[in-house]
Amino acid sequence: MRPNLILHVVAKFVIPLIILFALYVQFHGDFGPGGGFQAGVIFSAAFILYSLVFGLDRAEKIIPARWLRILAALGVVIYAGVGIESMILGGNYLDYSLLGSNQIAGQHLGILLVELGVGITVAAAMLILFFTFAGRGRS
Amino acid sequence: MGNQISLLLVVIPLIAAPIAAVLPRGRLPWLLACVVASVCAILAGVQLWNVLNEGTISYELGGWQPPWGIEYRIDALNAFVALIVAVIAAITLPYALLSAEQEIPEEKIPLFYSALLLCLTGLLGITQTGDIFNVFVFLEISSLASYALISLGKDRKAFTAAYQYLIMGTIGATFYLIGVGLIYSETGSLNMQDVANILPSVLHFRTVETGFAFIMIGIALKLALFPLHLWLPNAYTYAPSAVTVFLAATATKVAVYVMLRILFMLFPQGFAMTTPAEELFIVSGIAGIIIASVYAIYQSNIKRLLAYSSVAQVGYMVLGIGFASVAGVTASLIHLFNHALMKGALFMAIGAIIYRIGACRMEQIHGLGKAMPWTFGAIVVGGLSLIGVPGTAGFVSKWYLVSAAIEQQAWISVAVILFGSLLAVVYVGKLIEALYFKPVSDTGKAVREAPMLLLVPMYSLVFANLYFGLDTDLTVGVAQQAAAILGGIGQ
Repeated sequence: MRPNLILHVVAKFVIPLIILFALYVQFHGDFGPGGGFQAGVIFSAAFILYSLVFGLDRAEKIIPARWLRILAALGVVIYAGVGIESMILGGNYLDYSLLGSNQIAGQHLGILLVELGVGITVAAAMLILFFTFAGRGRS
Repeated sequence: MGNQISLLLVVIPLIAAPIAAVLPRGRLPWLLACVVASVCAILAGVQLWNVLNEGTISYELGGWQPPWGIEYRIDALNAFVALIVAVIAAITLPYALLSAEQEIPEEKIPLFYSALLLCLTGLLGITQTGDIFNVFVFLEISSLASYALISLGKDRKAFTAAYQYLIMGTIGATFYLIGVGLIYSETGSLNMQDVANILPSVLHFRTVETGFAFIMIGIALKLALFPLHLWLPNAYTYAPSAVTVFLAATATKVAVYVMLRILFMLFPQGFAMTTPAEELFIVSGIAGIIIASVYAIYQSNIKRLLAYSSVAQVGYMVLGIGFASVAGVTASLIHLFNHALMKGALFMAIGAIIYRIGACRMEQIHGLGKAMPWTFGAIVVGGLSLIGVPGTAGFVSKWYLVSAAIEQQAWISVAVILFGSLLAVVYVGKLIEALYFKPVSDTGKAVREAPMLLLVPMYSLVFANLYFGLDTDLTVGVAQQAAAILGGIGQ
């Protein structure tokens, strides 16, 4: 890929900000607009920008395809696991109230974990989609 | 703890699916899927037992009370359908091992089992939930997984078939969702029980009637009701053998369940009578039985032959729904169960033939019956059951369907059901003629009987066909109880 100085500098400046914003949307999602799905998409946008500017090979070195599949699976397991945990604690599936010392703390922790699972899976799935299409035609 | 079963049925395959996807290649993903499906089958059995003894089970997800939270509501009807789905999954998965190893590229095997488990999650979810929007979510989970499963077929046409199903399935699901949206806008609720309570007061608003029409057409697409069946023959023909077995025996059945639930429980008594829905069901049921059976006779691909026969069998089920009587719905439910048994056995036998000779065209199977006597035996029993010969499960469902038609004095329907059986004699006969009476084509090498791992699941379904043809306590008893629950049925 032909190096383009302006793109490289701007991308290096913007990518951390995009990731930071993704984390904000992720962890502030229970107080304001946002949540796991949106955060996952924004997070993956940072990596997609990186691979557009620096090339697919370097992007795949940062995050190998095998890891993406594991991460995509991990998110679902976190989500379903939170539900199972509240069943083990004696409640119904996904009853967050039992997860903390009191109801409010429990609800807060529950939604945070569930959204984290959603975020991980969405980010990984978006990157799998991107790499699959971008990698077409290579060996 | 008893209540938790209704949820575990959905969550166990859900949590196993991502784990299967990351397991190393080899037989580990298969083993996991097998164990999960067997556990689900046992749980579904316990659930049906609980429901029959203790009455309806209600489960509040996340501790949120219905109608605000999502409620799983299990009665005899959905416990029965969930049992069918789970048991078929538990029988199909042992069968899947060898045929998947042969038909699917090795690196995709973990993903194959993952998708199969997701499909199971979706189908069980549809049966368990008591929330009409949640039905849509699970419908999409199972459909997306089945598009992926179908596209794994060996033939490149599997891609086209999966794409065709994707388009038709998405239209169906979208129509369902539009209908749910319209009903929500009038009732302000998504909980089935709650909607059923509110609907009588807003029943003849145009919005509700439009919503009803959207939902019915959406589900009709999903259950491959003639003439909306065009996706089905290709999808069943080109999917991997194990996927065809699983989908043929479960996916359309679950769609029939959703239709029953919406038609007779969500909407109040007699509503369906005031719309053209009943006539449409009877007309398309009759057309489906005759036209799809005739199509089946002319197929040269044996998998496609059975796929067209499935469209015809859906016609019988919808015909039963069309009578809108307890007897009609009972017949539909019995046929739903029995058809899962017979098509499961038949597609398993075809899968065994494909496993041995790698092809399924009429001229390539000549004389195979002598080389593969057990597989041939399964096709004969399955075929007889499909025709409806006394002593097989198929006879029981035809019997109840004809009785329901006579009760309605629907003489045309009676004639069509019997004529449909005659057409089944022709296409099953064609299959048996090719397998047994045609001389062996001398080009091929010697063919051996299918391995045990394919024969045992196949024969468990074959014996089920014979058993449920003689002992109808479970099928008829539960089906009658389930039909009685649907309050919207006219007398």
